[in-house]
Amino acid sequence: MYDAPSLEKNVDQKATKIAAKDVQVYYGDTHAIKDVSVDLLANTVTAFIGPSGCGKSTFLRCLNRMNDTIDICRVQGDIRLDGEDIYDKRVDPVQLRAKVGMVFQKPNPFPKSIYDNVAYGPRIHGLARGKSELDEIVESALRRAALWGEVKDRLDAPGTGLSGGQQQRLCIARAVATAPEVLLMDEPCSALDPIATAQVEELIDELRENFSVVIVTHSMQQAARVSQKTAFFHLGNLVEYGDTTQIFTNPIDPRTESYITGRIG
Amino acid sequence: MPVLWLFLVVLALTGSGFFIGRQRALASAKGDSRNLHSRLPYYGTHAAISVIVPSLLVMAIWLFVQPLVVSSAAEAVLPQALLTADASAGLLMAEVHRVGAELVDQGVTGPLAALVPAGTTAELIPAIELYVANTHTGHLWMSIAVILVALVMGGLALRPINAEFRARNTVERTIMALLIAAASLAILTTVGIVLSMLFETINFFGLHSWTDFFFGTTWAPNFRGDSDLSILPLLWGTLYISLIALIVAVPTGLFAAVYLSEYAGPKTRAFAKPLLEILAGIPTIVYGLFALLTVGPMLTTLFSAGGLLGVDWMKGATSVLTAGVVMGIMLIPFVSSLSDDIINAVPQSMRDGSLGLGATHSETIRQVVIPAALPGIVGAILLAASRAIGETMIVVMGAGALAKFSLNPLESMTTITTRIVSQLTGDGDFSSPETLVAFALGLSLFVLTLGLNVLALFIVRKYREQYE
Repeated sequence: MYDAPSLEKNVDQKATKIAAKDVQVYYGDTHAIKDVSVDLLANTVTAFIGPSGCGKSTFLRCLNRMNDTIDICRVQGDIRLDGEDIYDKRVDPVQLRAKVGMVFQKPNPFPKSIYDNVAYGPRIHGLARGKSELDEIVESALRRAALWGEVKDRLDAPGTGLSGGQQQRLCIARAVATAPEVLLMDEPCSALDPIATAQVEELIDELRENFSVVIVTHSMQQAARVSQKTAFFHLGNLVEYGDTTQIFTNPIDPRTESYITGRIG
Repeated sequence: MPVLWLFLVVLALTGSGFFIGRQRALASAKGDSRNLHSRLPYYGTHAAISVIVPSLLVMAIWLFVQPLVVSSAAEAVLPQALLTADASAGLLMAEVHRVGAELVDQGVTGPLAALVPAGTTAELIPAIELYVANTHTGHLWMSIAVILVALVMGGLALRPINAEFRARNTVERTIMALLIAAASLAILTTVGIVLSMLFETINFFGLHSWTDFFFGTTWAPNFRGDSDLSILPLLWGTLYISLIALIVAVPTGLFAAVYLSEYAGPKTRAFAKPLLEILAGIPTIVYGLFALLTVGPMLTTLFSAGGLLGVDWMKGATSVLTAGVVMGIMLIPFVSSLSDDIINAVPQSMRDGSLGLGATHSETIRQVVIPAALPGIVGAILLAASRAIGETMIVVMGAGALAKFSLNPLESMTTITTRIVSQLTGDGDFSSPETLVAFALGLSLFVLTLGLNVLALFIVRKYREQYE
């Protein structure tokens, strides 16, 4: 039933990139995330799975403090990126988000040209010293996102004019161009057709070389295909976290087994 | 008052139509309203509408046409002797109307030489007699016609009523017709306004050369008949004042909108937005007072001879700057409220995308939100501009009355709207070019603001398609 991940899974010796400990999230009076502790590894794709409303997207948004933009949201606990507490007062959430990039559920290219979409992050953060360097960053980001061949002749065309799958790859290129260390993806394929999904999945696998990737997905096949580690969330709790092969073939918790075999969710 | 009585009769017929229609339907369904196609009141409503709409229509048309017919009949018997004297037919007919209407109201019939009030011209009595008699006959026939129409239409409507009759659908059609009538009335009125201005404008261009109006450089109306009536100095004043108003209103309104939609919390927003919109509810004459009593004197103390700055740039309290600044204040809520709606329409995913790349709040607004909202904001600015161009009261009180070309914002100037007011409110003859020029000015203003509005709507509509 599940495709075996194509790459070998020797993730044990990899360093911890993000360490979360006893994380609680409240939306007003609702306790959305309860006591979640998880260590996300470098150069690994980690999948968050679970039924709708289980808190996986909320937890993902804690990792780059995107929840700060929601007034009623409170986050407690300890989340460390390379050993540094990201909720420390001295940490600038704007700098943090440059290091922990994000790709959203719906493709959201800016109403600008393809070039300007990709160059947006590098320009804000001053990553390029000149026009030619910026051109290089844009080209390499588009190549990484497997979009260069399709758009290299029309970089001045508006990004909103691309197809859905191309738009999502443009958003990934935009995130990659900012040179993040971690890439968070919130159901990046839910608005795409199977062909575009396959392209994005292939891309995610390649991105693993340089980044830690965290992907929220509703498709268990997708989790099995692209990830090396899987975390199963249920009702705001982290039920089980382990190697993807182990979660899908030999789950420890009965709730995980029920979910992956389709009895709950 | 035969008209009032007739109206009450029609109402009574309508009421009985309603009940008879209802009864007929119920009887046809053998007393069980569940066997009917439509719910019971629909049958009554169908009959009632069939009675009241045609009969009131007939009544309205009759009341409009009858006086015309009666007057022309009376005019035909006016004594020729009087007509050739100094009094015109119009003046004589006015007297016939006045006395005749009085007698009709008293319900007088038959020979009325004795009843005519003192002071009436004796020679007019035959015309008045004819007027009164014709009016009475007309009212009698109108009553007969209206009641006949009500009965016939009611009967025609009642005949097909049975259990299968689709009363709901006919009522639906009537309601649609009512709505269409309302919509066409608004449009027809607009067309009427434009046409009336157009005809007077054509009259004006018959009396005054169009080259002077469009290309002359002097505005100097006088009553000797050799006026210079050129729109250009007025247009210059209008555009100059509007420009200053926009320079005041656009940045302030836009920044207020950005603050309200992007930074303010829900509490501040709930408090500040209505407060800002109160500004939009202030009558413009009050803004005019503010210009006259506060802003003008304030600018005078700064810029006039012996003022705080020690310069002699300003001669009086009225100036382009006074009117422009106050008009700008008036336009702030206009710009901010429209821009606020447009900025709110930018999808949250755009902001998330930018913030997720590590952009700050203001970088996100400057580089993503405002560019995405720009076409809509431009539309809002153009709408504000057309309001500024059409504004009257503030310029009447703040800008002065001198028509001239000048770049100095501290001099008084005048606008198209204020000249329309002054040309029409004088005691000038209505057929002189000095008065008729107001219509040409009004039409030019209409074309100008219409053009701006169409441009604004075009831009706003084009923008709306982007996210759908």
